[in-house]
Amino acid sequence: MSMLELRRVSKLYGHGAAEVHALREVSLAVDPGTMVAVMGPSGSGKSTLLTIAGSLEEPTSGQVLVAGQDLATMSRNDKARLRRQAVGYVFQDFNLLPGLTAAENVALPLELDGVGARRARDAGLRALDALGLSDRASNYPDQLSGGERQRVAIARAVVGDRHLLLADEPSGALDSDNSEAVMRMIHAACTQGVAAVVVTHDAQLASWADRVVFIRDGRIVDQTAPALGPESLLGQDR
Amino acid sequence: MSVRHALLALLSEGPKYGLRLREEFEAGTGEVWPLNIGQVYTTLQRLERDGLIESDDDDERDSPQKRFRITADGEDELAAWLRTPPDMSSPPRDELVIKVLVALLVPGTDVHEVIQAHRRYLVELMQQWTRIKDADAGRDLALGLAVDAELFRLDAVVRWLDAADGRIKRAAVEPQKTIREDLPRLRVRAGTAR
Repeated sequence: MSMLELRRVSKLYGHGAAEVHALREVSLAVDPGTMVAVMGPSGSGKSTLLTIAGSLEEPTSGQVLVAGQDLATMSRNDKARLRRQAVGYVFQDFNLLPGLTAAENVALPLELDGVGARRARDAGLRALDALGLSDRASNYPDQLSGGERQRVAIARAVVGDRHLLLADEPSGALDSDNSEAVMRMIHAACTQGVAAVVVTHDAQLASWADRVVFIRDGRIVDQTAPALGPESLLGQDR
Repeated sequence: MSVRHALLALLSEGPKYGLRLREEFEAGTGEVWPLNIGQVYTTLQRLERDGLIESDDDDERDSPQKRFRITADGEDELAAWLRTPPDMSSPPRDELVIKVLVALLVPGTDVHEVIQAHRRYLVELMQQWTRIKDADAGRDLALGLAVDAELFRLDAVVRWLDAADGRIKRAAVEPQKTIREDLPRLRVRAGTAR
């Protein structure tokens, strides 16, 4: 079963002459353990795709299934619970809360979900540790570098038992070293079984994905072929 | 990279026998930049003749058993070579650029679809390089650097395609700045390319 499935999803903003088709009949399935990158220019609909996949926005038509559950059949509360428990978000600008330490930021989704403070804190520390950030646990966001902040944001997105990671330009304005670290982390989460969707206009980021789909004017127009082994590059005489 | 400067670089670490130089040459350049191993011994002879390296003795033993060391002139030559920029001034005749320009001329051709075909191919190549980098997990510094160079090169081409895509789209809705003005020049470049 796919962790995320979009079936002929369309999204329309505005009415009449001001009508904008942000998405047109987009279908996409992401299996557990795989990373799909959605590549397209700005205004192509890639961020809308992500907010609809994460149930932050409703599609105008079509179905969105997360872990086999049709979002349209779920109550508001159920959807909110699904967002807290199963879906992790990573945004370009990190979105960490400035008044909380790194560990508190990571533990927050669990606490909001009713997990006891101590258990949430322990899980947060474990997630930070797994991403090599244990020595930063008690730092506040403004005491962290951009790369560290984004790694904390990823820890927050995968803490607990999240199966779906949605990332919008996750390496934002980071330099190439930190971008690579961020992509290695998302990739590592996928090898643990997480399904990830990364939207980006950056081909180097997209190249970490198992599959790259290309979106243009709200439509998926193309996608990469299944992976070839490295021998296809290293074996050749250059 | 020339065999000559590769050998000078290996000798800059300290004196070495011909056989060891050959082995290190193979290991160091490896899969990323395979060079002609047959040239190793003839190049050593020429470097010695030019005074850039010297060997322990003057006898006529085979190069594999001779021990070589770099001279001061050799070190100067290596340092100068490292700092001499390779010629990147004249733009290479780029087949991809020509294809996109020609696609503008061929009636009934969707240039965006042509661009996408090339973009997909480039991203697939980048995925393969990234998998190599990922599998190595940062252990092999030389491999990491070489793979990054490939990724940045391919990325630049993808970015050019993205920019071309946008520029062609804008040109289609701004008829006062038609692409036709540019066509004679483009035609000349495309025509003389081969």
